[in-house]
Amino acid sequence: MNRLRHPTEDPPWAKALILVIVGAFLASVLILPMVSVFFEALRKGLPAALEAIGTEDARAAIKLTLITAAISVPFNIVFGVCASWAIAKFEFPGKAFLITLIDLPFSVSPVVAGLIYVLVFGAQGWFGPWLIDHDIKIIFAVPGIVLATIFVTFPFVARELIPLMQEQGVDEEEAAVSMGASGLRTFWSVTAPNIRWGLLYGVLLCNARAMGEFGAVSVVSGHIRGLTNTMPLHVEILYNEYDFVGAFAVAALLCFLAVVTLVLKTVLEIAQPPSRPGRH
Amino acid sequence: MGLTLALLSLIVLIPLSAVGLKASEQSASEFLHAAFNERALTAYRLSFGAALIAAAINGVFGLLTAWALVRYQFPFKSLVNGIIDLPFALPTAVAGIALATLYAPNGWIGALLVPAGIKVAYTPLGVIVALTFIGLPFVVRTLEPVMRDLASDVEEAAASLGATRFDTIARVILPALAPAWLTGFALAFARAVGEYGSVIFIAGNMPYKSEIAPLLIIIELEQYDYAGAATIAVVMLSVSFLMLFVINAIQAWARRLAA
Repeated sequence: MNRLRHPTEDPPWAKALILVIVGAFLASVLILPMVSVFFEALRKGLPAALEAIGTEDARAAIKLTLITAAISVPFNIVFGVCASWAIAKFEFPGKAFLITLIDLPFSVSPVVAGLIYVLVFGAQGWFGPWLIDHDIKIIFAVPGIVLATIFVTFPFVARELIPLMQEQGVDEEEAAVSMGASGLRTFWSVTAPNIRWGLLYGVLLCNARAMGEFGAVSVVSGHIRGLTNTMPLHVEILYNEYDFVGAFAVAALLCFLAVVTLVLKTVLEIAQPPSRPGRH
Repeated sequence: MGLTLALLSLIVLIPLSAVGLKASEQSASEFLHAAFNERALTAYRLSFGAALIAAAINGVFGLLTAWALVRYQFPFKSLVNGIIDLPFALPTAVAGIALATLYAPNGWIGALLVPAGIKVAYTPLGVIVALTFIGLPFVVRTLEPVMRDLASDVEEAAASLGATRFDTIARVILPALAPAWLTGFALAFARAVGEYGSVIFIAGNMPYKSEIAPLLIIIELEQYDYAGAATIAVVMLSVSFLMLFVINAIQAWARRLAA
């Protein structure tokens, strides 16, 4: 017997066609590139790949990437919580404009993000002479890398928390304060539990970007091996030297990190759906 | 509140103003030459053109992908759903070398295209592929929630009034999705215009041919031409601001439409 199709359902042939098109598209743009990273890394076997990750330069790059994330992610948490607290719990003129400004780094090219710090702190920059006199290095050194990373990850946590906090309103905080809780106590016992999932979500995305940033970091790093090379920059150097196994081995490590990020993200989405998906 | 503004100014606003100040150190004619010489113009054309085409490709395939994810059941659906966000999580340099290897003439996909005479890697076509990768989640993730909220009663009403499935999609569903679709398109475009990491490996980077605007900034920096680099940055920033404005306007329009 022919099953009657619900009027809002697509005919089976259309369904099949769309699924095939989507499958082919996703395979050629997303899935095959990811698979090829691991394939190329293991082209000469696992020992060769592990050896590439274990070289001194690679280890230094991994360390620098971890340091960069360890500084820029907590910074982001502090800023994100402060900014979203100010925006969601208080009324002031120019609020919409402030939200747009916080979003700004999303629409600035990473290369421009790196460039601005060169213009401010570089040898020819505003503070260049002063920094040279005091023997402080920011550009072509770790502080510059951290600054550029903070810039590109600036909106991540705030972006997640602002809509979440706005939705929750101020009722619970007002109740806590009226019963005599201090500002800090109110934050820890009332606000923090309410925003923890959104916060984790923002931190996760922020961390992925912090560890993977290439363009902005590339401009300020100076590419000094063992000193100012992050993992993505190390990938570039090895690739340009035709050390493909080495480049893809380090890339596979980053790819693995991305997969972990996606898995955790899915778990968090099940725990609490993001309030405004699609804006990263 | 004070801390928010202080950090925002110190990290974002004041450094950004450095670009404008540096660019304004030149005379007007120097500025115009640095901003709009032949090499810069070809770079903008490639960056904006490829970003536009990539956003259009994502507009079509992203719409189909979101539709499949919202409406259909198929094997490995949650896996597919998770992998859509890969471009957000995967470092751009990794995406760049993977795509360059895959679409090179001896790569898995590139080799299939050689008999057809199509060269992707190291041509402007490669730039489009990389920018498509970068922009995909913006379109899918913006469309998905709107598609999910699409009231099925309107669709049912259209069908019960005798509209064919095609009519229902063209006249009821697509117009309702238009604001979200445009937002996703604009977000993908804005991101693609400034993209650097995933592009430079696959682009070939030939001056006047396959050189994107952000790469030009890097090249001028390497030649210590700070004013020149800042000038191109000013042009790109102006486009970023314009895109931000357009996206906000689309979203305001969508909210009015929903109200």
